Amino acid sequence: MLIIGEKINGMFKNVKEAIQSKNKSIIHEIAKKQLDAGANVLDVNVGPASVEPLKDMEWLIHSIREISNAPLAIDTTKRDVMELGLSIAGPDSFINSASGQKEKLDMLLPLAKKYKSKVIALTMTKSGVPANAESRLEIAANIVASCMEHEVEVENLYIDAVILPVNVAQEHANAVLETIRQCKLICDPAPKTILGLSNVSQGTIDRPLVDRTFLAMALAAGLDAAILNPLDKELMNVMITAELLLGKNIYCDSYLEAYGKK
Amino acid sequence: MEHVIEKWPGNVYELTIGATKEDGGTRSRKVKAGGINTLPFLHFEGLTPNQPLIAMEVWDIEPSEWPENLKNEFNEVLNNAAQWAKKCEDLGADLICLRLLSADPDGKNASATEVARTVKDVLSATSIPLMILGCGNNEKDSSIIMDISQIAKGENCLIGMAVKENFKTFTAAAQAGGHSLIAETPLDINLEKQLNILISDMGFGSDRIVIHPSTGGVGYGFEYCYTIIERTRLASLSNDKMMSQPIITFVGQETWKIKECKADETEKPEWGSLKERGVLWEIATASGYLQAGSDILVMNHPKAVNEIKNHINKLMEK
Repeated sequence: MLIIGEKINGMFKNVKEAIQSKNKSIIHEIAKKQLDAGANVLDVNVGPASVEPLKDMEWLIHSIREISNAPLAIDTTKRDVMELGLSIAGPDSFINSASGQKEKLDMLLPLAKKYKSKVIALTMTKSGVPANAESRLEIAANIVASCMEHEVEVENLYIDAVILPVNVAQEHANAVLETIRQCKLICDPAPKTILGLSNVSQGTIDRPLVDRTFLAMALAAGLDAAILNPLDKELMNVMITAELLLGKNIYCDSYLEAYGKK
Repeated sequence: MEHVIEKWPGNVYELTIGATKEDGGTRSRKVKAGGINTLPFLHFEGLTPNQPLIAMEVWDIEPSEWPENLKNEFNEVLNNAAQWAKKCEDLGADLICLRLLSADPDGKNASATEVARTVKDVLSATSIPLMILGCGNNEKDSSIIMDISQIAKGENCLIGMAVKENFKTFTAAAQAGGHSLIAETPLDINLEKQLNILISDMGFGSDRIVIHPSTGGVGYGFEYCYTIIERTRLASLSNDKMMSQPIITFVGQETWKIKECKADETEKPEWGSLKERGVLWEIATASGYLQAGSDILVMNHPKAVNEIKNHINKLMEK
């Protein structure tokens, strides 16, 4: 599974302070820790408090690039910040994120084509997140059609079926799993599927348990990627074990340790 | 029809065996195994930078169990490992596989010093890269491997067999002498991966291991070995780095001990000429393992070696 590490986000206090004080070593440390823990891609978000998102995004990316060439997921709602991020992060970056809203797709897909980036697209529209799988899939199909129009390869599209917190929208979990399963049937080659995992456990008492359990279920449904906290070792172990049980890796007694070994 | 081409994310490690003067050794050439990023001989799909290697077996005792028609090929040199090795070099072997069977406690029980001398003699008599194996007794092999490794230091040999019971000593010896290591497991893909992890956990480069998944002759478990090798290779191509090592098979050893290659015409008239049968059996076994993905084949009969070398050359044509 492709892992996008979620920790470089101005929403977190240490990152917010690092941005404000321009303290690169904090960013270096978070980036390195996530990559060492198995992240393939690093999410980069300047946070809601950023007064100068353009400058902050540029600073964050340059800071990360001092220690790693790992692909980045540019996490912003602003078009100019997105374009700047994609232009300096290089190819194989991720747009995080588009949605089923036509204006958003028309704004972001040309950027994906121009910068050869991958696109994360949420199955939601202006009217919000639908409660059932059918409506989510309908949005996903529209997103696929938009990609084709904009000449973005469907293999570079990651459909995010949008999991909501289980304590407010319990019926969504099943709908999301069903969406992940059926996304593979939309077209051939099929779009990939992704989840912003930690959303499922917002406001619950034992968040790690909810995250882990849902990740295992989603992997069994065919999930290709997740935005998550790779520093949660138990979560990573569940992922590795789930992939093992799905036959993606060959078993050996030290399979946890062997995962991602170079 | 659609032309299906698979694009694999991984490849097999490329391993160099032997060291020339520039590398601090005395070999006239080096050989390379592995490096492939597709299934065997699919030149339209990926790169096969190195063709499979043929190692020829040399023993430090007379192989009394060998059938006459195999022994006859080496008659004058069977009691002298160095001359035997030189003969194999002349016969076109890519490397020598020296088996130090004299160390066997149930046989001659030769000492570490004695077998180390043999290694030195073979190195002096030949100029091609060397593979060195113990006698197969774990305890004894553990006690002689350090001396063997030291005497061949700088020659970048391939030494073995590291198994679950002795891998620590073997890994340390290979590390100290600057050699690569054969890791052997009993036909079990899970144990195979585990042994590679254990060896690399000791700080030994995972790109300096060669996998011996066990070898079965045709008619004697060949299919099981074929499947294990194929699964290993698919794992390497899927980028499992603990399964991405070159693979070795002991074709000759598994051919010449079976009754089909030993029973002569008086015993089994319906099987035809023993002289041809044994050679054909070794060729059939070797060609099967080539298709499975074996990167190094250890062989015995000069005619079979010659035939397989021609076969490899044809398979390597693009």
